[in-house]
Amino acid sequence: MELVLAGLVGFLVACGAYLMMSGQLIRFLFGLVLLSNAANLAIFAAGRLTYATPPFVVSGQIAPAAGAANALPQALILTAIVIGFGLLAFALALAFRAWQSLGTTEMDAMRACEPVDFAAGKTKEKTLDPSKSYERNRLEAAE
Amino acid sequence: MSPEMLLVWPIALPMITAVLTLVLRRSPVGDTVSLVGAVALLAAGITLLMHVLEFGPISAQMGSWAAPFGITLFADILSAAMVVIAGIVAVAVVVYSRQDVSEGERAVGFHALSHALLVGVCGAFLTGDIFNLYVWFEVMLIASFGLLVIGGRRDQMDAAVKYVGLNLIATLAFLAGVGILYGAAGTLNMADLHLTLADRQNETAVLAAAAMLLFAFGAKAAMFPVFAWLPASYHTPAFATSALFAALLTKVGVYALLRVFTVVFDGSGAFLQPILLVGAVLTMVVGVLGAAAQNDVRRILSFHIISQIGYMVLGLALFTPLAIIGAIFYLFHHIIVKANLFFVAGVIRWKAGSEELDKIGGLLKASPLLAILFLIPALSLAGVPPLSGFWAKFIIVQASLEARDWWVAVAALAVGLITLFSMTKIWLAAFWKEHPDAEPAAMPVAPRSMIWPIATLAVMTVIIGIAAGPLYTTAEEAAVTLLDPLAYVEVVLGPEAVAEARASEAAELQLAEVAQ
Repeated sequence: MELVLAGLVGFLVACGAYLMMSGQLIRFLFGLVLLSNAANLAIFAAGRLTYATPPFVVSGQIAPAAGAANALPQALILTAIVIGFGLLAFALALAFRAWQSLGTTEMDAMRACEPVDFAAGKTKEKTLDPSKSYERNRLEAAE
Repeated sequence: MSPEMLLVWPIALPMITAVLTLVLRRSPVGDTVSLVGAVALLAAGITLLMHVLEFGPISAQMGSWAAPFGITLFADILSAAMVVIAGIVAVAVVVYSRQDVSEGERAVGFHALSHALLVGVCGAFLTGDIFNLYVWFEVMLIASFGLLVIGGRRDQMDAAVKYVGLNLIATLAFLAGVGILYGAAGTLNMADLHLTLADRQNETAVLAAAAMLLFAFGAKAAMFPVFAWLPASYHTPAFATSALFAALLTKVGVYALLRVFTVVFDGSGAFLQPILLVGAVLTMVVGVLGAAAQNDVRRILSFHIISQIGYMVLGLALFTPLAIIGAIFYLFHHIIVKANLFFVAGVIRWKAGSEELDKIGGLLKASPLLAILFLIPALSLAGVPPLSGFWAKFIIVQASLEARDWWVAVAALAVGLITLFSMTKIWLAAFWKEHPDAEPAAMPVAPRSMIWPIATLAVMTVIIGIAAGPLYTTAEEAAVTLLDPLAYVEVVLGPEAVAEARASEAAELQLAEVAQ
């Protein structure tokens, strides 16, 4: 079972990495979701897997029976899922807002904070007007 | 007050302040509450540091669940001193934000987010549990996301996308590393991890976890090659926010490296040390070269953060007592100086109207005081004696010479020179040359709430430089505790656990002798 889970984690990481390297903001976020699930599964597998032995303490005993499922990794995963959910909701809202103000979700075209010409020493940034959209500025710069 | 509560206050106070300032975010009272909260945090930090200096490291078990089962809070000199410096930065930032941060940004919760960030920072400094460290990192991260976007400008959105994307990858690596570590050791309490992993440092699973955590902390600290998020974002928010980020965020990464790679993993191991060493040198060199190519005050300063992080990691990588002292001293000095330089950048913007070097000038005539206040942190950053940065660099270079790593010493000195070049570039462009279109006399006067924090931090830089002795002693004591993980274990798990560990070590030695 551990092997299957390990393979699944590897597969999710590979898919996530592929999506993240595609240069599209939305695909990048989907890649993050896959990576986040891979991390959670890795924790789950790291806690050792047991079949159908819930970690209950039989009355009269002070500890669960040997070989019971490990509850701690599940608590960790629960925390990580909650945090991941919040972060992802923020990231999605941010992506939408970035699309609204930049007019694109192509990572290569998102250069508002680090303008290409500016980095090369030519201060073309002067022509960029923050009140206008990215496309508008680019059109004006091209003219 | 019981000593346990001393550990809770630096986390609880900013949390309370964050809630209050969130409620009062549209009211003028909110600013005052925020300032009071920051001062209270500083006071709590100083109380904690005094206690630790007098009685030694302390720990507390949250909810009275005995370690290693519950969440442990722990403070030695290093973490207490970091809390104090976070408090100093908090006060300075809150005062500075009075004029620097716009009405609109305050109405959507600038103060609440800043204090939430401080909750995460102080939590990360004080925790003794590695999963808890992950949670504090997340608290810090989500607050910094908020601070980055509340301005709502185009370039801020773009910067936030890069900052969020790259930091989330680091966070996931952290989480996966913690998972692997738990699978290998069965515990997440750092003291317990030290005992469990003491003789298992070379196992594949342990090294895999170490590599994941090195990547995660390295990305948080902006080490080469995972620093791209920092220069993409630090020049976009309000100056107060920039200063807060520059002072604290990367330094939490460095602190985590220092803590985890002394207590949990052996940073001097054959696998980790070369990575840390080469990574540190490349971080220094690439950061400083990146800065030399920039033409915008805050972007130059951002690249210099990266370069300076290299020095601190270098201290850890050399792993001699002197080098660790150097890293800690550097950490203390750099937070003060870097926050101050970003504050100065804000005043340059206020007076000269821009941050781009070819659009500003004439500030020496307009404000000689500002020129002096810029020179102090700038020369300190470059390591000119007798300012604080000189001693920080001196200790690191001395340690690398003692370790006979000549090329490292050469790199450290060369990077210092190029830093001086960058600072000269800002000096020439902003202060010495004429302003392209504005008259020096006609420049607006900077508000006092922006000048006072700069002046105070500059005075601290000078004091650290002239009277480096006491701070060096503090750094030395901090390094001694850091390099003696069993002392850490003793404070968290009690003397019995250490005695047991020593006994089993002695038994193993005997066995080995018998076998021979």
